[in-house]
Amino acid sequence: MAEISAIIASTHHPFYYRASTSTGADRPPFADEWQAKIERFRETLTVADPDVLLLVGSDHFHQFWLDNMQQFLVGHAEQYDANWYNEEREFGLPRMHMAGDRDLSGHLLRGGLDAGFDLAFSNELRLDHSVTCPIITLRPQNDLPVVPVYTNIFAPPLPQPKRFVQLGQALRDLVESWPSDKRVAIIGTGHLSLELGGPRQFGPHGPDPEFDAKAVEWIRTGDIERCLGEVTIENLLEPGNATQGFMDFMLMMGVAGEGVTADYFDNLDLFHTMEAYFTWYPGGDPRPAAAAASVSLPEQAAAAAAQEV
Amino acid sequence: MSRYLVDKFLYTVDRDPDLVERYREDPRGTVAWWEAEEANRILNCVSQERSTWLVFADDEREALATHDYPRLFELGAHPFLTLTLFIALFERDHEQPLGFQLEYAQRLSGYSLPYPDITT
Repeated sequence: MAEISAIIASTHHPFYYRASTSTGADRPPFADEWQAKIERFRETLTVADPDVLLLVGSDHFHQFWLDNMQQFLVGHAEQYDANWYNEEREFGLPRMHMAGDRDLSGHLLRGGLDAGFDLAFSNELRLDHSVTCPIITLRPQNDLPVVPVYTNIFAPPLPQPKRFVQLGQALRDLVESWPSDKRVAIIGTGHLSLELGGPRQFGPHGPDPEFDAKAVEWIRTGDIERCLGEVTIENLLEPGNATQGFMDFMLMMGVAGEGVTADYFDNLDLFHTMEAYFTWYPGGDPRPAAAAASVSLPEQAAAAAAQEV
Repeated sequence: MSRYLVDKFLYTVDRDPDLVERYREDPRGTVAWWEAEEANRILNCVSQERSTWLVFADDEREALATHDYPRLFELGAHPFLTLTLFIALFERDHEQPLGFQLEYAQRLSGYSLPYPDITT
């Protein structure tokens, strides 16, 4: 069966690409710290050595529209084009292209439907920044096949928060029962407190730092019970009118499991929103072995050099 | 009330570079043309298959025709759609980074929770 090599939950910030690639006077003052944090976060995926990425995100009114709105959807395409004109225009995002994995897509669809999730599917799906941001931050070489899972956090009526957690739990079970020898990283992006198109947008930090502190702690410690006890669809609008995107973090808490503390956590208070990065290793943390290997290489070289002498 | 149709206007204009410019230069004319020709187009259907019943309410039409984004917020237009399109329209007129976005927030500062319902 397939193995989950890493579970990663992250905010997705479409400004990162431009901030990290800009130079000179165009480079914002926070870019260096942000980039350093992203590069450390990236390492948590690199050491997990995945073969396939299952990417959880949400379409921002690109391919899916209010005349035909899905709640949960699995991409079922051989390939995916990605990023849209208005993301190029506003964020400077590049056009991208990824390979798919229809075998995993089909397994998630069949198994998800049988487990009680009436999943929609798409055989031709142009992805957007909710899914390409983590490629840019975590796997910029973009060399792995992906399976996207889209959720509706955007166009009410929305599914209940509990449903997001349940879908996360189901996705984990489904990946672990996929008859394959591949290593799968499950990566999902959501939001902490966020305001878009409202009076609290683009402030010096996220619109509700108190919510952010609480939310980060729920995620970091896997406290699904408390999170579900406090969060409703309606009250998620209080920290910011786009904070319902937090439900994608709740989905990832479902993937990671109740009470499971993240193996890696970092965050960054930025203008407009807080960035937060979490990694879990269900099969054990590969970093000590990776660190030992990288230390041993110079030692071996030194030993070889000594022998030559 | 036709909140859906207001969102459909914002959505279809935002994704078309030519329409973005046309709406910037001639908002009233663009809204009139769009309501007459485009409002009833079903987006993933051939042009012969159309809806027959979608029209703006007067206040919606006026808000769109005057680029009145605070009024669109009040009417429950989807804030993401409004923000994205209006950044495309007016960010270029501001020298400071995020200048337009901050002005936008300022112009909405009279609104407090709960915000207008955006459900369609």
